[in-house]
Amino acid sequence: MSAETKNIPPALQVVAPLAQPGHNYESISRAISDVILEKPMPKPWYATIAIGLSLLGILGASSAYLFWEGLGLWGINNPVGWGFAIVNLVWWIGIGHAGTLISAILLLFNQDWRTAINRFAEAMTLFAVMCAGIFPLLHVGRPWAIFFIFPLPNTMSLWPQFRSPLLWDVFAISTYFTVSLLFWYTGLIPDLATLRDRSKKGIGRMIYGIFALGWRGSARHWYRYEMAYLLLGGMSAPLVVSVHTIVSFDFAVSVIPGWHTTIFPPYFVAGAIYSGFAMVLTIMIPVRIWFGMTDFITTRHMDNMAKVMLATGLVVFYGYCCEAFYAWYSGSDYERFMMLNRATGPYAWAYVCLLLCNAVSPQFLWFKWVRTNPLPLFLLTIVVNIGMWLERYVIVVTSLTRDYLPSAWGEYAGTIFDWAAYVGSIGLFLFMLSLFVKFLPMITIFELRVQQHQIDNGEIR
Amino acid sequence: MAQVFHRSANVLARASIVGGGLVAIAIVTIASVIYRSPVLTQVNIAKAQPVPFSHQRHVGGNGIDCRYCHTSVEKSGVANVPPTETCMTCHSQILTDSEMLQPVHESWKTGKPLEWTRVYDLPDFVYFDHSIHVAKGVGCTTCHGEIQKMPLTWKAKTLHMAWCLECHRAPQKFLRPKDKVFDVDWKPAADKSERLEAGLKLVEEYNVNVEQLTNCSICHR
Amino acid sequence: MSPNDLDNILTDREAPASMSEHQDVNYWRHANEFNGAVTIDDEKHREFDADDPENLDHAGRRNFMKVMGASMMLAGLTSCARQPEEKIVPYVKPPEHSVPGRFQYYASAVSLSGYAMGVVATSYEGRPTKIEGLKEHPASLGSTDATAQASILDLYSPDRQESISHAGNLATWNQLVADIARAVGEIDTVDGAGLTVLTETTTSPTVQGLMAQLQQQFPEMKWREHDPMGNNNARMGALQAFGRITATKIDFLKAKIILSLDANFLNEGPAHVRYARDFAVTRSAEANADAPDYVAREHFAHDEMSRLYVAECSPTLTGAAADHLMGLRYGHVEALARVVASRVGVANVTADPEKVAALDGAWIDALVDDLTHHKGHAVVVAGEAQPPVVHALAHAINGILGAVESGLVTYIDSPEADATDQQGSLRRLVDDLNNEQVKLLVILGGNPVYNAPGSIDMAAALNKVPLRLHLTPEYNETSELCHWVVPESHALEAWGDLRAYDGTHSIIQPLIRPLYSSRTASQILSLVLGEDATTTDYDLVRRRFSGLYGAESEAKWKKALSQGFVEGTTFAPVSVSYRGSIPAETAAVPTEGLELIFRMDPTIGDGRHASNGWLQELPKPLTNLTWDNALHIHPTTAMKYELEQEDVVILKVGEHEVRAPVMLMFGHPQGVATLHLGYGRQVAGYIAKDRGFNAYTLRDESSPWCINEGVTLKKTSSTYLLARTEEHNNIEKSLQTQAQKAEDRHLIRSGTLSHYKEEPDFAQRLGHHAPERENTLYNPDEKDYAGLSWGMTIDLNRCNGCSVCTIACQAENNIPIVGKAEVAKGREMHWIRVDRYYKGDMYNDTVESAHQPVPCMQCENAPCEPVCPVGGTMHSKEGLNDMIYNRCVGTRYCANNCPYKVRRFNFFHYQIREGQDAPQLKMMRNPNVTVRSRGVMEKCTYCVQRINRARIDAKVAAAKIGSDVTAIPDGTLVTACQAACPSQAIDFGNINDASSRVSLRKQNTRDYGLLADIGTRPRTTYLAKLSNPSPALAGADAEAHTAEH
Repeated sequence: MSAETKNIPPALQVVAPLAQPGHNYESISRAISDVILEKPMPKPWYATIAIGLSLLGILGASSAYLFWEGLGLWGINNPVGWGFAIVNLVWWIGIGHAGTLISAILLLFNQDWRTAINRFAEAMTLFAVMCAGIFPLLHVGRPWAIFFIFPLPNTMSLWPQFRSPLLWDVFAISTYFTVSLLFWYTGLIPDLATLRDRSKKGIGRMIYGIFALGWRGSARHWYRYEMAYLLLGGMSAPLVVSVHTIVSFDFAVSVIPGWHTTIFPPYFVAGAIYSGFAMVLTIMIPVRIWFGMTDFITTRHMDNMAKVMLATGLVVFYGYCCEAFYAWYSGSDYERFMMLNRATGPYAWAYVCLLLCNAVSPQFLWFKWVRTNPLPLFLLTIVVNIGMWLERYVIVVTSLTRDYLPSAWGEYAGTIFDWAAYVGSIGLFLFMLSLFVKFLPMITIFELRVQQHQIDNGEIR
Repeated sequence: MAQVFHRSANVLARASIVGGGLVAIAIVTIASVIYRSPVLTQVNIAKAQPVPFSHQRHVGGNGIDCRYCHTSVEKSGVANVPPTETCMTCHSQILTDSEMLQPVHESWKTGKPLEWTRVYDLPDFVYFDHSIHVAKGVGCTTCHGEIQKMPLTWKAKTLHMAWCLECHRAPQKFLRPKDKVFDVDWKPAADKSERLEAGLKLVEEYNVNVEQLTNCSICHR
Repeated sequence: MSPNDLDNILTDREAPASMSEHQDVNYWRHANEFNGAVTIDDEKHREFDADDPENLDHAGRRNFMKVMGASMMLAGLTSCARQPEEKIVPYVKPPEHSVPGRFQYYASAVSLSGYAMGVVATSYEGRPTKIEGLKEHPASLGSTDATAQASILDLYSPDRQESISHAGNLATWNQLVADIARAVGEIDTVDGAGLTVLTETTTSPTVQGLMAQLQQQFPEMKWREHDPMGNNNARMGALQAFGRITATKIDFLKAKIILSLDANFLNEGPAHVRYARDFAVTRSAEANADAPDYVAREHFAHDEMSRLYVAECSPTLTGAAADHLMGLRYGHVEALARVVASRVGVANVTADPEKVAALDGAWIDALVDDLTHHKGHAVVVAGEAQPPVVHALAHAINGILGAVESGLVTYIDSPEADATDQQGSLRRLVDDLNNEQVKLLVILGGNPVYNAPGSIDMAAALNKVPLRLHLTPEYNETSELCHWVVPESHALEAWGDLRAYDGTHSIIQPLIRPLYSSRTASQILSLVLGEDATTTDYDLVRRRFSGLYGAESEAKWKKALSQGFVEGTTFAPVSVSYRGSIPAETAAVPTEGLELIFRMDPTIGDGRHASNGWLQELPKPLTNLTWDNALHIHPTTAMKYELEQEDVVILKVGEHEVRAPVMLMFGHPQGVATLHLGYGRQVAGYIAKDRGFNAYTLRDESSPWCINEGVTLKKTSSTYLLARTEEHNNIEKSLQTQAQKAEDRHLIRSGTLSHYKEEPDFAQRLGHHAPERENTLYNPDEKDYAGLSWGMTIDLNRCNGCSVCTIACQAENNIPIVGKAEVAKGREMHWIRVDRYYKGDMYNDTVESAHQPVPCMQCENAPCEPVCPVGGTMHSKEGLNDMIYNRCVGTRYCANNCPYKVRRFNFFHYQIREGQDAPQLKMMRNPNVTVRSRGVMEKCTYCVQRINRARIDAKVAAAKIGSDVTAIPDGTLVTACQAACPSQAIDFGNINDASSRVSLRKQNTRDYGLLADIGTRPRTTYLAKLSNPSPALAGADAEAHTAEH
């Protein structure tokens, strides 16, 4: 072993095994399924779901009042027609990117370290997309007429406007959600069967049984399963790129300086993965400790994910530089002023913070110590999450406050109702996550067994 | 260990796959059927009126021209529901003591207007103009149906936007010669191609700017 | 309008109660129902508007949770809700000549501070819905000002006094009659001693006649006048110059050199609409002879322009229009007048050299040079705020300059019913009151308790009168102190007459029976005269009319009704001789310390329009301030007192003080501060109450317009939000940036006349060029339509920024007001706004400012269209950018993507907020325009309802004669803003017709598209602004004026 390590550059040396030694198939199954079937939930879990529920309550109440009174409750105005709602939408969609990336891309590149984290990341993806999904409804002026947006046959004999990026969003996001859901569920089937077999309560067996779709683990089942899973992986791979590309079109297609730029698609996708991984880590780092999963989700995983963050973080930084450069290079007064205003105008604070969070902070990830230590890494991911939210804020708000006609310039500030919707969505997210860890295996049992097998045979470390 | 489910469950599972789809389709279909049905559109449902005014009698029977009562149909957006005065032009002589016409005489005496129930009720964001339709050869019965056969007046068409667009997208299907606009008994040529041909001629003749008919602001402002 | 129609309007007047109920039946309520016109009332049942206004009412917020469920359900079900049953209520006996569903138009007049402005009032099913100018009327020429446009709102205002009240209790007309009869009876015994009638400035011949009768019947009675807008200095000036009171009439069509001595003649005074028009004509130099008003420019060479010098102590739009602007302290205006007078050769006038030294010599040299070289074509206009002596000097100068011979200036007898020294009149009134010599005080209109100078304790004086009657449109500070309060009829609901600034006798005719138990001034007077209490306003006006015209009155009357005024009643010129005595100049004016200048508020005047929400929300020229008044000062002065925007200061003069927020105003003369009158109403309705502060309290009756001594200013720690329709953060910095960007982006293109002659297309050369038509992935000719194709031009050289277009649009298109708080958030709803840009350094003594009305540009490549997911805004085949309210779901993407930011979103249900839910307001709505609900985007569509009406009529007419051409003659179809614009800056029409006015304007070399360089291909284009600086001063102003390259 030491012989090999010598001629591997330090950056590529594995910092820890994929799983701590001393496990066998049985111990793996128990370790994971007992969380659901046997052990009581750890205290932090109760705290989390409590917070989640109360924030969710805020979301409910504030949205109800919003529907009642009208969007005037928010900070939006002329000229700033879009505010928190869109910022949050884009932020959540971005977060929702880690899942498919891990499950699809890493699967296709057959990165074995995905095994322990993909279930979790995918779940998180689904919940993030759900959170994103509530904002369009809150955002429109007449939610009761929102069905106009869907291409349904109707007595007006009218179709929606297919040239509008907002319509593309509808398709992109719903597709993304559907595929992710299928992918996740398919992956769950064998484990659901395991739970069905291990659970003692009749009701539990019944429910797990139904969703296990009569999985018996026969060779044919496995054959079909592998096939389906691979296909879905292939299908969702392009989605990773497409979704945020299309979301970025909302801005890129417009004429507003600061929106109308070709760098957006790649830079949004990179940003999405960046924030996605950040969020996975934010959640995973505590959870693996609370539920004693440190054996399976090791420093190795954190290290790898941190590296991905570093890479994507740099791409995002490159994006910022491009924006600035294009603004200058375009020679257009509108573009140049937009950049100048962003950096020195009334909202400079947001721009500076965003640079600190997204461009400076990831540089710490060059250090192994940061990558492999839970606490600093955890804090850093929080910073990045904030940074990515600010990025959307800067793009959406500052560009709109001062565009073409100086006479029509304006200001924007979120109101209490804007914040309520935002923290409310976080509440929804936490709530769903809590349910997930309570009722479903947060790590793929059967894949871990396969991995254990490979480890035992020394195929992987 | 014992299976949770009996074998037969497999059948249920398979059935549910198909079943689910069918249910979804059923719901959508039923909903849209109801939406288009008289329950909501009120088509062919006669409305109670203070006076059981019969177009059948006045138009079909006495052959009174539409414009005798609906005076402004050629000059204005609204056709004008006749004032009591108009009724009295005849009914000060005819049926003066009929029970049925009591409200009319009442209104004439007291100066308190009759309150009719609206039968054709467009949403307020739609601006329909009678004068232009009449001028361009859209007949009364095209929208109001066989009014001369209605003992009490009812709505003959849904007034759905799709229905408006049938004509606004292809007026040739509905236009008729100018002198037949107020002719309630006019029937288009039985033969389809012949009908269309005649229609196209009229579109030409009336100088109908068809592509303009689908401008949103033609009806919505 | 025929007599029979009169009957329809005038039939059976009854006691108030039954009257209103009666109208309900006979007039408007049913009428609009049967053409399906939109009123919120119907609308709330509609798919389009599932959120029931009533439920949204803030009062109803308590049962929020309860109804919540219902509304959510509605939300789900709207798409398949059945329409509720609706009633059709036809006439019993239709009025003659009325075609249901068609507008009817009546020539009438509204009062412009007591003078007549001819208007055409639109009636729909018996409801007045819109006011336009009357082409033939000398004071209007087809245009109006903002207050005339907004007066339609006054008619339906929820804040109106609705019923006669006595000591705060409801009372009937008959009780009033009895009480007055009693009081008059007592007075009668002493020849009417103790009877005093207090009026505002009025020109009504009827009132004049009745007052004459009154004075005859009661020789001892007194007629007092008090009117803050009363133009008193002009009267006194004439008196000083000629020994008699005359009115001055200026024919600006002859004026090549104009000097304004603190006169805002473009926006104030009974003739300002006419003056603005004539002035605009003299400014519209056209190198190519497509000048639309070629005839009117007979005194000008086709490429000649008038030159305007303005010396003012508070920035006005007239100053903004000036070629040479001088800001100075109040006292220095007189000095300027004197020095100019003596230099042009007015006998024995001396100017205090010390003061003159303070003025810009070169400026005066150039001015005097211009004046003397344009004898007969040069005129000096003195401002209302300036003391009589300045007016006298102006008269003297005009005399010397031959303005009178040339007919540029004409003197006529004052059209006022009783032209008198109102300042003195008020003083005498107060003395009488305090000496308890007044037994019966009849106050016809006005609000003296509120707007008398602070040096007079009107309330105390008033309380000494045993019987006080107040005729007023709304319950105000004065009504509160009067026994009898009688609602005054609005011009649209009662008969009356007025004279225009030139004496033209105009008839006010009602379109609707009074909504409430209101009366007119004439009726009150006839009551005091002891005439039969059932005498109607109609009788009185007719009586006076026949009195004036004797035998031919019948014929004249009929004609006058259809015309709106009596032909040939313009006053003949009177010959006056300058008495040649100007008193020596008063002591030197203090140049230290803060000087307070009082001005009528630019939108709500002296406060008489304070209850008008439209005018309250209309951004004030230059400052864009709404809903408030403030202390306007130059930033440098502010620095001196360590003040910042929105700081609250305590102004103290003598024992009177007010708390005023600071408003930085660029180009404001330094060391001088302007206070606007008309705010700080205590007893008023929702709209007017407690807005701003009452500057009258600081006023002194001896010098009402300026206080230059003993003003103390104390800064407080508190601040006060001023709602302006532009950015709030750091006004100085942001305005600097705005000005800079406006220049960089060539938004407003301007040049000097001489430069324009050298390089006629300078405007088109500025800035980046629009991308080639061919540079598109789509068919470049996609948007070139055959047939009708609408376009608009706005001539910046004519526009003076008066903002009447904004109000006209608001009236035409059912645009709601949103209230101060919402304006502060940047949510005002105006479809056409007037942008103001400063030029140069904000800290200069005077800054150049330009105005630019911005409606929807109807872009051919409209950025808003492709981004809407539901197709809520689409391009029409006539080149309009249609907005379909009922399709809009409110994503606001279109508004974001509009480079001009002309789209407006209903963040709340504005139609029912801010006291706008009063049912009577529904009667005001234009039935041809959808009333927009919450959550919907809206914007200008070139008044598409008017376009449709015109097109349909044209087609129907064509169809009748079997012709296949739809001819809409150029100029017959006008947008609301275009119709209202006094200076005719806006042209609209079919750009496919090469001979249409709009086409000609677009061919003009000054024509350019706003932001055309981003490729939107706007259908609305602008004509560059020209200035005409004196060659002598060119050096100084050159770079400021010459178009930048």
